Amino acid sequence: MNWKTFFALLQRDGHVARRNLLPMLLQNLLQPLLFTFVFGRVMTTSGLMPPEYKSMLLPGIMAIAMVLSGVQAVAMPLITEFQFTREIEDRLLAPIETGWLAVEKIVAGMVQALVAGLVVIPAAWLAMGSGVNLNFGHPLEFAVVCLLVAFMASAGGLTLGCSIGQTQIGLMFSLVIAPMMMFGCAYYPWSKLAAFPILQYAVLINPLVYASEGLRGTIAPQFPHIPTAIVIGALVVLDGILLAAGLKKFNGKAVS
Amino acid sequence: MGIAIRIEHLRKVYDSPPPSAARGAGFSFTSVRSGPKQEKKKTEIVALEDVSMEIGAGEIFGLLGPNGAGKSTTIGILTTRTHPTSGRAILGEYDVWKQQVKAKQLIGVVPQRPNLDFALTAREILLFHGAYFGQSGREREQKSQALLEKFKLTDRADQMVRGFSGGMMQRLSIARAMMHDPEVLFLDEPSAGLDPQTRLLLWEIIRDYNRAGKTIVLTTHYMDEADSLCERLAIIDHGRIIAQGTPQDLKSSIPGGYLLRLRFNRVPEELTAALQVLSGVSEVRSKDGTGVDVYADRGGPLISGIVTAAQGSGVDLCDVHIAEPSLETLFLHHTGRSLRD
Repeated sequence: MNWKTFFALLQRDGHVARRNLLPMLLQNLLQPLLFTFVFGRVMTTSGLMPPEYKSMLLPGIMAIAMVLSGVQAVAMPLITEFQFTREIEDRLLAPIETGWLAVEKIVAGMVQALVAGLVVIPAAWLAMGSGVNLNFGHPLEFAVVCLLVAFMASAGGLTLGCSIGQTQIGLMFSLVIAPMMMFGCAYYPWSKLAAFPILQYAVLINPLVYASEGLRGTIAPQFPHIPTAIVIGALVVLDGILLAAGLKKFNGKAVS
Repeated sequence: MGIAIRIEHLRKVYDSPPPSAARGAGFSFTSVRSGPKQEKKKTEIVALEDVSMEIGAGEIFGLLGPNGAGKSTTIGILTTRTHPTSGRAILGEYDVWKQQVKAKQLIGVVPQRPNLDFALTAREILLFHGAYFGQSGREREQKSQALLEKFKLTDRADQMVRGFSGGMMQRLSIARAMMHDPEVLFLDEPSAGLDPQTRLLLWEIIRDYNRAGKTIVLTTHYMDEADSLCERLAIIDHGRIIAQGTPQDLKSSIPGGYLLRLRFNRVPEELTAALQVLSGVSEVRSKDGTGVDVYADRGGPLISGIVTAAQGSGVDLCDVHIAEPSLETLFLHHTGRSLRD
């Protein structure tokens, strides 16, 4: 393992991400924050939603922001770089095993997912106004869940980015991202799906469910949530599966 | 001292067309259908068929062949980008596909089409490339500045490369490949898309780099490039090597390598018959009523005989052009078709 090369690759991604910081934040955070404003402020202030909805919604919005930015931070550049121009080749020729370049991509994506997640907390808080009740009493569990969610998002981005072509990006959003957001238990707790038993178990294949429920369980535990231990277990398994799939796809793309 | 390269029985079969940016642009591979055992029949593309050769340390070696001959696939295998179906590629003391990281440390690659990192400026591309290879900050700064000057890119150094012209991108690709001072430099059709002046500059830079003891492997389909730049050549077609040697050896290996293109005011049959019997002439082809192509093993010494034959037939000789043995004639000789076909 060549650490010098690994850090240089990470530096390059950091440099590019810093250059695109504002568009990136707008791209990943504007939509969740608009949603937060409409549902967390307009609907609650007008009495259409109970005021407690604010605190229930915030962890879900954070999960969406983290997953979206992690996936996009890794998938979008990869889709371009593996295209016709093969922009990534310079890095594939760097003196490091090909798999480590994929791991570097995941680490860079994790940093972006964590930044997005941490920016969302105060931003959403502001958008929703008073009455948000979060509990940071379990910092360790919160940190572990955040890291696992960030890893899941980036590894998922790696798998997606190496699986689809530039022409299918639109399709990716409507077929993968949109259903994932709707059925990711971000806007409602998983237990409230009990009225739709089939749906309740079907959504368990959605990684976002564990992100939303995990964050809800660690910063808004007053709401019903899947036990954090189970969430962490599920996240570890998902991380492993997505990492293995992503590495396989990446190697397949890197070498013809 | 440079690094020697050996490839043994390389074979490469693609089951789908390879990404054309990194490989050959036009494809004319031989397609074969896989056996009936497989449920799903898929088209296989045989890009290389049992290719073996050796490239000496410190040599400028050229792979010459038409589009889709297998040149880029060979380079791809030697540069860890294309996995061989079978066979071995050895770079210095490392097996390219078993010790990839060691191999990558030794090589610099200029791809057929520029694959620059579009998210960076020209200078950043060089700086980060140096960083990937573990160069210190100061070393990177100095090296990148020197290369930007050498390749005449200083005035655009801090602009994003997205807006660069094709020639500038190509120059930057070459600068990048030299950034970490590799022992072996691979150039896949380096002068494609360059204007004649830049091409000459590039040749000079390649020769310079070679003088420092580095091994250079380049592919080309330009005869003059292969002829004037390469110390040794392999001519490749349909995934097989059809001839190897120095340009001079290769050219002299074909009998009747000279071509004399003659023009008369008219060409009666007795004239072609008289030309046919001149000593050293292997073939006479008349065309357009006034032109005659004479293939022979000599050039100038035939002229007096031709003049005598023309006078004997009562016709005037208007024009003579003598083409010396060339790689083009060689390629034609081995494959029966022109390199540009």
